[in-house]
Amino acid sequence: MTTLPGSAPSVRDGGGSAPILAVEDLFVEFRTRENVVNAVNGISYTVSSGETLAILGESGSGKSVSAQAIMGILDTPPAQVPNGEIWFEGRNLLTLPAEEQRKVRGPGISMIFQDALSSLNPVYSVGFQIGEMFRAHRGLSRKEAKKHAVELMDRVRIPAAAQRVNDYPHQFSGGMRQRVMIAMAIALDPKILIADEPTTALDVTVQAQVMDLLKDLQRETGMGLVLITHDLGVVNEVADNVAVMYAGRIVERGTVDDVFTRPAHPYTEGLMNSVPNVEVKGGRLQPITGQPPNLSKIPSGCPFHPRCARRRLGAEAAPGRDCAGDRPPLRLVVPGREAACHYSEEVLGV
Amino acid sequence: MTDSQQQQDLLHDEVQAGTTTGLASPSVDVTNDRQNSLWSDAWKALKRNPLFWIGAVLGLVFLVMAIVPQVFARGADPRDCDLANSRQTPSSAHWFGYDQQGCDYLANVVYGARSSLIIGVVAVLVVLLLGIVVGAIAGYFGGFTDGLLSRVADIFYGLPLILGALVLLRVGPSTDLPIISSRGPGAVAIALALFGWMTAMRLVRSQVIAVKSSDYVAAARAMGASSPRILVRHILPNAVAPVLVYATITIGVLIAAEATLSYLGVGLQRPAISWGLQIDAGQDLLRTAPHLVLFPSLILTLTVMAFIMMGDALRDALDPRQRA
Repeated sequence: MTTLPGSAPSVRDGGGSAPILAVEDLFVEFRTRENVVNAVNGISYTVSSGETLAILGESGSGKSVSAQAIMGILDTPPAQVPNGEIWFEGRNLLTLPAEEQRKVRGPGISMIFQDALSSLNPVYSVGFQIGEMFRAHRGLSRKEAKKHAVELMDRVRIPAAAQRVNDYPHQFSGGMRQRVMIAMAIALDPKILIADEPTTALDVTVQAQVMDLLKDLQRETGMGLVLITHDLGVVNEVADNVAVMYAGRIVERGTVDDVFTRPAHPYTEGLMNSVPNVEVKGGRLQPITGQPPNLSKIPSGCPFHPRCARRRLGAEAAPGRDCAGDRPPLRLVVPGREAACHYSEEVLGV
Repeated sequence: MTDSQQQQDLLHDEVQAGTTTGLASPSVDVTNDRQNSLWSDAWKALKRNPLFWIGAVLGLVFLVMAIVPQVFARGADPRDCDLANSRQTPSSAHWFGYDQQGCDYLANVVYGARSSLIIGVVAVLVVLLLGIVVGAIAGYFGGFTDGLLSRVADIFYGLPLILGALVLLRVGPSTDLPIISSRGPGAVAIALALFGWMTAMRLVRSQVIAVKSSDYVAAARAMGASSPRILVRHILPNAVAPVLVYATITIGVLIAAEATLSYLGVGLQRPAISWGLQIDAGQDLLRTAPHLVLFPSLILTLTVMAFIMMGDALRDALDPRQRA
């Protein structure tokens, strides 16, 4: 389960445990009258069946926008995808006609959202909304769809599903609402489930249950899970691989154990140092100084350099590795680990 | 009900988290085939609202009155008049007395319901049609289309309802336009709708815009719903409820506007029977025979009130969040 998010081209030829979803060099920008906001700047990743890939990043790092681009639910305009490929089952979703793209959403790739209450239509009962998946994609009758809805509600462990199938979203508690959302998302057995901060709006005990539920469902169905979050704890518990995003780029990628124990990028290192650790008592937390960059004016060179404690500028820098002038590519640092930093070896201590 | 269920949910959450123990959850049997929809639940809420029942009973009475006025006229014919009875006050045999021409006034007021209701309902249907179509197009497509349609609505807003309808009905007979030139109930209804659709349009437009960008529309798209399905299933049901409320209330308002136009002499023309015409004829005799103004005004007020009450009740019923 801890396969490295491999090199993208293998997706198209198939082979071994080929990834189901491959994102290649994806860019998303928002054009406004005044400026262009570069939300996603050339990210690539793959997800295999049964794999959980966590995309970790702070607000504005482009993690949600990239997910919306994959789902094809960005509002265009203002959003645009000037470059990139999204390969799913041998087809590039970005070049598919709109109607074909639509047919992939639901049975192929599905998504759950952060705020389940606002993501459920207030005027329909939850049973109707779950059943709608079957009616829209499989043309089932109302009665059949409702039967499936109750089964799904049982599957996501909503108690007394048969009685509650006619209730409205606002009559459910937060955790139950998110279960309804999950029931809708897994209704058609998608190959890939994108979970955009699924537990952010929930309290901690309910968070744990929802994540357990997602893991159990993944075990049953073998779907690939893309977990978008800023919660390091959630990533640590459920993810196999993690991609850390900063300013619309992936800055580090590897297995969760590796990345969390030995970060190879100063930003990841900063994230780890800013979290309380039970083993180190009494010490001060070390926050990352400064602010995330303005996405319409991303710093030159390494986008993280203004906040980086390890930056090397001008004469200090090795030739071609000036943090303010040369943009570090995402490169293989040690086997199974990629990072976008000129001095990753130093961060790793190898 | 909501609270107790949320309590149950919380209990379940706690049980799952291991902080409490509880019963296992039974399930799986779909014994009840009842399909809850927005409308069936709205109906359930309506049934419990006394305001709705008062409005509905009144409305129904006026509807029956419009369809079979003979039943309410107590056998009198509104056109069977005897000048000897002129301006007689109400009595046990003739509840509303007689008008100046000596016609039974109850029969006259009762027969006036038909034209008022027809004009009110037809005008509102046209308002709804114009409002929903123009509003949905403007809201859904936005941009230039929205700008153009909204400015057209603004121009119509600049013309007061009564003044606009008054001018149109005044010049109507000299034109060749099919319904407008007739001066019948159709002309009055069209004139009222033509200058009264903008609020409905703005309501639909703003609702469509608000709903279009909501998370559940994005979620529906993410789940692969097609554009027509999103528009019909997700956007319109959430956008149209306030407009139906508005429309119900507007029936009352337009009935009053019809009476105003008839009173001003440009609406229905004698020998048509209309509350506006009756109030107009009665005002000169207000001092000697006040009942001639009182009864049509009273019935007019009750009709308007009936629709406004139904509209209020409908607004409460259509908002699931207000349901206890």
